[in-house]
Amino acid sequence: MAGLRARRARRQSAFRWAVLAVMGVFFLLPLAAMLEFTTRGGGGTWSLLADWPRLSETYPDLAEGIVASLGQALLTALLMLALLVPTAIWVRLRLPGLRPLVEFICLLPLTIPAIVLVVGLAPVYAWVTYFLGGSSLTLTFAYTILVLPYAYRSIDAGLSAIDVRTLAEAARGLGAGWFTVMARVVLPNIRSAVLSAAFLTVALVLGEFTIASLLNRTNLQVAINLLGKSSATMSVAVSLAALILAFLLLLLLTLFGDRRKASR
Amino acid sequence: MNGLNGVAVHLDDLRRTFGAVPALDGLDLHIEPGELVALLGPSGCGKTTALRVLAGLEDADSGRVLVDGKDITGLPANRRDMGMVFQAYSLFPHLTALQNVQFGLKLRRRAGGDRAAAMLDLVGISSHAGRYPHQLSGGQQQRVALARALAIEPQVLLLDEPLSALDAKVRVQLRDEIRRIQTEVGTTTLFVTHDQEEALAVADRVGVMRDGRLEQLAAPAEVYLRPASAFVADFVGLSNRLPGHVDGDTVTVLGARLPLVRPGATGPRVTALVRPESVGVVPDPDGAGRVLSTAFLGPTSRVTVEVGDSVVVAQVSGELLGRLPVGSPVRLDLRPVPVTLEE
Repeated sequence: MAGLRARRARRQSAFRWAVLAVMGVFFLLPLAAMLEFTTRGGGGTWSLLADWPRLSETYPDLAEGIVASLGQALLTALLMLALLVPTAIWVRLRLPGLRPLVEFICLLPLTIPAIVLVVGLAPVYAWVTYFLGGSSLTLTFAYTILVLPYAYRSIDAGLSAIDVRTLAEAARGLGAGWFTVMARVVLPNIRSAVLSAAFLTVALVLGEFTIASLLNRTNLQVAINLLGKSSATMSVAVSLAALILAFLLLLLLTLFGDRRKASR
Repeated sequence: MNGLNGVAVHLDDLRRTFGAVPALDGLDLHIEPGELVALLGPSGCGKTTALRVLAGLEDADSGRVLVDGKDITGLPANRRDMGMVFQAYSLFPHLTALQNVQFGLKLRRRAGGDRAAAMLDLVGISSHAGRYPHQLSGGQQQRVALARALAIEPQVLLLDEPLSALDAKVRVQLRDEIRRIQTEVGTTTLFVTHDQEEALAVADRVGVMRDGRLEQLAAPAEVYLRPASAFVADFVGLSNRLPGHVDGDTVTVLGARLPLVRPGATGPRVTALVRPESVGVVPDPDGAGRVLSTAFLGPTSRVTVEVGDSVVVAQVSGELLGRLPVGSPVRLDLRPVPVTLEE
């Protein structure tokens, strides 16, 4: 009996390792290939990537794309938080009947392909360009819509984890106005959810290509695509760097999530 | 009762409906300064709605809320000056016990260090001041919540079933402490509960609610011994429903003549509500009753006896139980305590 169990455990363990190895090869092989490709003929590509003044001089389009993407990520995260956090809290506290509607609206962008979104956004952006100019930072508005499903889910999950209503009522009873309730009672308790939403936003914006390209704006992915035509090595190196950055962001997100669970 | 810090509270003809269901149906309640009134009633009787309307967390459809003679009906909750302890644990999870107590003081721009520490001391939890809510037990959390509510020196203290989530022993302990602290501080208090023992133990007066109205508001002993209605008699304590025959100011039940709480019954044939502790059980070979079942409850025991068509529950002392085996013949001895009749 014990032998049978041991044999089964060994088989399961072997199967687990096999799956892990196949998955590892599937994901890591392309990354390793990218790394190998970008380091051919010395580490010149990576040292150039790390030297910002030289990079912006050699590849001005790429530098512009990086700056644009970072700006877009920052502004989108800020706009998303400013819109979504108070709305989600207010809906929970005062308008619980509206929750399904808000959830539906926030999840809607997930069901619309980016290409269709662009068709709808193009005439809107004609006006955006008219009023705000053609800066790539104006993509912030489109990206805020694009990240709504992920950000909303994250913030909503954070709000579900605490008894918002009772906490708000307790604070109100102690003399807190609605702003104080939000800023000093609810927000500190959904901090990790808010951070998750912000990280997801940054990761999504850094990887966005379709909308930027079709609306004739620039960002990191558009620049990489352009660069691919002239310097394949540099474009692959930047892609790998962006991938690692997104991976690190998601890792941070997981760490914050774990800390929240651990403190419970 | 200590009226030093207390103010009078007056709920005047409060009405509130949720959809088509009336939660408050013309509720009138007057609480004296420094008094602790417990609102008692079954689920959905409107007791929590009454408390929430007084706190400003719920709006009444009509009626007025007066505190210390001032009409505060339209005032938002954060400007009402009331301390509240909730049924659910309501401490702010990101703040320590001490910071929780300081929260209200800081909003009032008062340096709350000493006062907050004193309050934690009052509720006997000063050694846990630096702990976060998730590091405290349920009873400790409710103590901190009580300290937090009292720290702001509220005009009125509102307790919304604060002990419901606690286990039996802690509940009794904290219940007695709430009474001690309330007496010490003298804050006018409204205590909402569905636990009749809790209400009877802590309150100066108990208000029994039914369908959004007060059925009776009186001292605990009065509510228990002279219930205003069959509903009150039934809800507060256990009652046997026994057929009886009214004769003037008395009713004859199982051959015993018992005085009536409220004489003036309409028909001669009635159902009388008799408390188990008013029924004595005597082992008797010629008795008309037969023991159906027994239950040992510690200091007292419960015996169920069948007499004719009636089943009577009696409360007897623990040592008597040994002489009352199931199936043995017994005689019932009803004490002449005033009884209520079912309407």
